[in-house]
Amino acid sequence: MDELITRREVMVVAAGGMALSQAPAHGADRASDASEKQTSDVPVSLRVNGRALTLHVDQRTSLLDALREYAGLTGTKKGCDRGACGACTVHLDGRRVISCLTLASRCQGKDITTIEGLANGDQLHPVQAAFIEHDGLQCGYCTPGQIMSAAALIKEGHAGSDPEIREWMSGNICRCGAYPNIIAAIRHASRGA
Amino acid sequence: MQAFTLTQPSNIQSAVAAASEPQTKYIAGGTDLLQLAKDDIETPRQLVDLEPLPMSGIHAGPNGLRLEALARMSDVAAHPAVVHGWPVLSQALLASASPQIRNMATVGGNLLQRTRCGYFRDTGFACNKRVPGSGCPAINGENRMHAILGVSDHCIATNPGDMAVAMMVLDAELELIGRNGTRKVAIGDFHRLPADTPHIETILRPGELITGIAIPASAAARRSGYLKVRDRASFEFAVVSAAVALDMDGGTIRSARVAAGGVGTKPWRLPEVEAALTGKPARAATLQEAAGRAGEGAKTTAMNAFKLVLLRRAVLRALQTVAA
Ligand SMILES: Cc1cc2nc3c(=O)[nH]c(=O)nc-3n(C[C@H](O)[C@H](O)[C@H](O)COP(=O)(O)OP(=O)(O)OC[C@H]3O[C@@H](n4cnc5c(N)ncnc54)[C@H](O)[C@@H]3O)c2cc1C
Ligand code: SF4
Ligand code: FES
Ligand code: FES
Repeated sequence: MDELITRREVMVVAAGGMALSQAPAHGADRASDASEKQTSDVPVSLRVNGRALTLHVDQRTSLLDALREYAGLTGTKKGCDRGACGACTVHLDGRRVISCLTLASRCQGKDITTIEGLANGDQLHPVQAAFIEHDGLQCGYCTPGQIMSAAALIKEGHAGSDPEIREWMSGNICRCGAYPNIIAAIRHASRGA
Repeated sequence: MQAFTLTQPSNIQSAVAAASEPQTKYIAGGTDLLQLAKDDIETPRQLVDLEPLPMSGIHAGPNGLRLEALARMSDVAAHPAVVHGWPVLSQALLASASPQIRNMATVGGNLLQRTRCGYFRDTGFACNKRVPGSGCPAINGENRMHAILGVSDHCIATNPGDMAVAMMVLDAELELIGRNGTRKVAIGDFHRLPADTPHIETILRPGELITGIAIPASAAARRSGYLKVRDRASFEFAVVSAAVALDMDGGTIRSARVAAGGVGTKPWRLPEVEAALTGKPARAATLQEAAGRAGEGAKTTAMNAFKLVLLRRAVLRALQTVAA
């Protein structure tokens, strides 16, 4: 089995290919239209999952696109790109935010945690472990956002009851409707935490 | 998305100077502006970043509350003094958007969020608010969520905000600074009726900046509450909402402040309800009679006529809760 290429490695290859062709599949978000592009790329230095990074991004680039397409961190997902689904939730200076409506160029000096940085080495974060134990997902697309939101929710002290968890998870939509198991996982993780 | 430059001002004066240039917008939390920019509804060439300005304080004292314009919705909602002294404000904020958005969005930006009218937010349609004179497809189109109060022949879009409705019953006053100095304006005078210029939504002058919001302390502010009726339990704009603040003397209502959201082209005060409560005992029949007056002058469509009924019921429920 060890010769099998992982999904993430496939993505990295794909990302490299995109850079070479200079016509990324999601080019619309990098610079919607070359003729419109008047500003040159701007450098932004930030910390992502404890690692210092300097990215050169178009002024319009969202933090979501910067993470996925410039930093190669594809764990953070794009659902609506308009603030309405929560799939892109990350922690910015310790608070949960949606990265699709955050400009990367305004993240100078900021500290970002994504789903890739939540575990402690090989030890899963309690919320990650609880999502596995309680089967808190079906297709998995919303899951990184759910887990980032849930980890913040527990820290905020909003896991007191199931109705409270539901209300404070309302910014994360699950198209598969895995809500009962998501709530169970968060309830469980909050007790362990 | 239109390309833009991002200007980082070093102080308020340089922010105002930069924002007075053409095709320029401030950016605070960015949660509305970036949505609109992604859809080419806002097409600024320059954004003036408000983040560098030290303007996010929340100051509560015995005489009142002062919110600086960059205070985050989440921080204001959770502030113990706000929860205790101005519960309607905390409740309205907690019923707005999502926890993630509230961590980003500012109270200044909140007052300037633009309508959720689907025609306005889709450049494939005509819209007098987006392109003056192009027409209003909502008047004879999909208008279930549209306004029933303050409408004109040119626009029937609802002001979608919750916080401003709460501020209507709290006598909030906005502090503004522009090229010609500072001025103050009552929240009720800030938003404009659409009339025949629906594209002009507030009294803000080009480049003018909201620096803060001052809210007096009062017995009515302490006895206040917000009820929001939505199409789903959470994370949704109001179909109808009601804000109530009561000054009570035992079982008698000394004075009342009542406002509604989801129904007006701007945050809507309901003086007809307030008058029917003033000096009356807070009995079930009084509240019922007063709530039944809500929506004087309403102009409904076939799709949104239910809002008038829902408005009266929401006002009654909010009155019952706050008076209890
Ligand atoms: C999915 C979703 C759901 C939402 N649901 C709700 C809801 O249920 N209820 C509700 O009330 N709101 C809701 N909102 C709207 C949200 O509350 C607003 O987007 C937010 O409050 C805007 O604040 P901001 O700081 O992000 O503003 P920005 O997007 O940064 O700015 C908005 C506008 O205000 C201007 N501006 C900002 N600050 C100032 C200032 N100090 N002086 C002058 N001009 C300024 C900007 O130039 C811009 O034109 C929702 C938003 C989203 C994305
Ligand atoms: S209601 Fe107003 S915002 Fe909506 S389409 Fe008509 S003019 Fe535009
Ligand atoms: S992708 Fe950001 S909220 Fe949906
Ligand atoms: S698991 Fe499929 S969207 Fe949530």
